[in-house]
Amino acid sequence: MTTISERRGGVLGRELRGAYAFIERNANLIKRYWAWELVWLAYSIVNALSITFIGRASGEITGVAIAPEQINMFILFLLVGTLVWHYLSVVFDLISESIQWERWEGTIEYTFMAPVSRLTHLFGQAAFAVLFAVVHTAIILAVVSAFFRIDLSRADFGAMLVVLIAGSTSFIGLGMFAAILPLLSPEKGLQMTNIIKAIVLLVSGVYYPVSVLPEWLQPLAYISPATYMLDGIRAALLEGASVGTLWSGRVLPLLLTGLLTIPTGLLAFMRAERYAKATGRLKRNG
Amino acid sequence: MIARPAVSPSDIQRVVAQTTVALEVRNVVKRFGRETTKGQPFWKRSVRKPPEMTVAVDHISLSVRRGEIFGLLGANGSGKSTLIRLISTLLIPDSGEIYVFGYDVQREERTVRRLINRVSVEASFFKKLSALENLMYAARLYDLPGTYARQRSITILRSLGLSEKRLYEPLEHMSRGMQQKVAIARGLLTSPVLLLLDEPTTGLDPHSKHDVQRFILRMREEHDTTVFLTTHDMDEADRLCDRIAIIDNGRIVALDTPQGLKSSLGAGSKNGSATMEDVFMALTGKSLDDDFESSDDFESGDGNEATITGDCS
Repeated sequence: MTTISERRGGVLGRELRGAYAFIERNANLIKRYWAWELVWLAYSIVNALSITFIGRASGEITGVAIAPEQINMFILFLLVGTLVWHYLSVVFDLISESIQWERWEGTIEYTFMAPVSRLTHLFGQAAFAVLFAVVHTAIILAVVSAFFRIDLSRADFGAMLVVLIAGSTSFIGLGMFAAILPLLSPEKGLQMTNIIKAIVLLVSGVYYPVSVLPEWLQPLAYISPATYMLDGIRAALLEGASVGTLWSGRVLPLLLTGLLTIPTGLLAFMRAERYAKATGRLKRNG
Repeated sequence: MIARPAVSPSDIQRVVAQTTVALEVRNVVKRFGRETTKGQPFWKRSVRKPPEMTVAVDHISLSVRRGEIFGLLGANGSGKSTLIRLISTLLIPDSGEIYVFGYDVQREERTVRRLINRVSVEASFFKKLSALENLMYAARLYDLPGTYARQRSITILRSLGLSEKRLYEPLEHMSRGMQQKVAIARGLLTSPVLLLLDEPTTGLDPHSKHDVQRFILRMREEHDTTVFLTTHDMDEADRLCDRIAIIDNGRIVALDTPQGLKSSLGAGSKNGSATMEDVFMALTGKSLDDDFESSDDFESGDGNEATITGDCS
């Protein structure tokens, strides 16, 4: 007869072990593709350096003498932007690509017929994405720090961490929405997720304050969780803003966005899964 | 049948132990493609010629007893894989109901998933990962303890003729036959009470085929596993299956024991002793190697009426 047996931890234990399946699998895949991962890391470092050097060259570019403190501030502004954007991109990409990857390997049907809830599935993906993004971003920060004199003496790292966690929830929800696209279109779905990223990049003040955007575009900045995250992290690192200072204006909006996007993203994903099963779209590998 | 809420693995186990019908398919229909848009508002009308609607599974009803090895024979595109996907919770039927040990595959899909596993003709894996890594991924999804899963993987692969060292090799380094054996190991690892085998021995050499067939019989004997098998191999169906259904154009055209099917044709065959191939040809007018116009193994449903030789339940 079947080996169905009750293991310790009840339902929560079972779901956490289910989520771990995705974390372990993704870690194994990263291990197997280690050379490509190194190339990707090198690219990310070069990209971060290229953007941050714009800050150092601000005086030469504008032809105006700028005080070293202001240049340092500009460098930090760009560095925070590039690192946070990198972090968010990795979280978003790993969640949204999970379906595409399974389609490419042809394993999607096996994952979808396993007795794990879709929440557990996506939670496992998100947990891995956050862990991976933290490690990736920390390495980039360490390397970039060697090139610039970064003064973080006023930084409140605790506050930064709180904003980072709160902001991650929003992006996990957005990633769930984006993962729907490869579920519905094996051929074009993943490319379409880049549109979501491009819009967020444009309106969220990653490399410039949102005030420079045309007025008609600025409302989008206010609904983008990345705006609050970048603003909060810059305030924590550059001005030493505390959690208390950032709570109502930055942390709370991010948490509320996460509270909205995760359940709605999950529901939307489950509806898309049902549609894919009704129309036979799960089987197609792309 | 009244659907029961699944409470815990032990409840499921108790229900399974008390149920004698492993699989019940009731009047299931599955179509693919779109209906014509004629008569709909202009914004919903297609500018192109609407794709033809294909009926992949056409009012199929059957019942499989617990511990039975049930075969489904059909040409390519006859609806075999679609039926297996419907049972596997990977497709939603347009109408009809499917129960696995009394659990409704639509309303209690998670419970059903704990009871079944499937081996398809394509060995789909993360090809860069080793066999063990792929099997451990599957094991964790089914909440099997790591050490148990590892030991069981080794045992199953040995039974299928693969040595333990193969466990550590990436799948991409293995032959098609070896990959299929790992796929079979994945299906058996979770000790499903209903095992869905979709042409599991296609592409295997005769020796490997024999290993797999022997293992299927052992699963039934030792673990009381019910097997729902689709195959192209007439001998395999004849040797393994307690009963065989023949599917054509999405419809079951015959269902009986292998002997019953052959006897129904016996007198009319060339030398008086019909083979399964004769039976298949006589009922469908096709050879199993034929490929029919299909879309993802779906076949147009305007099929011919045929006589059902056996009781479908």
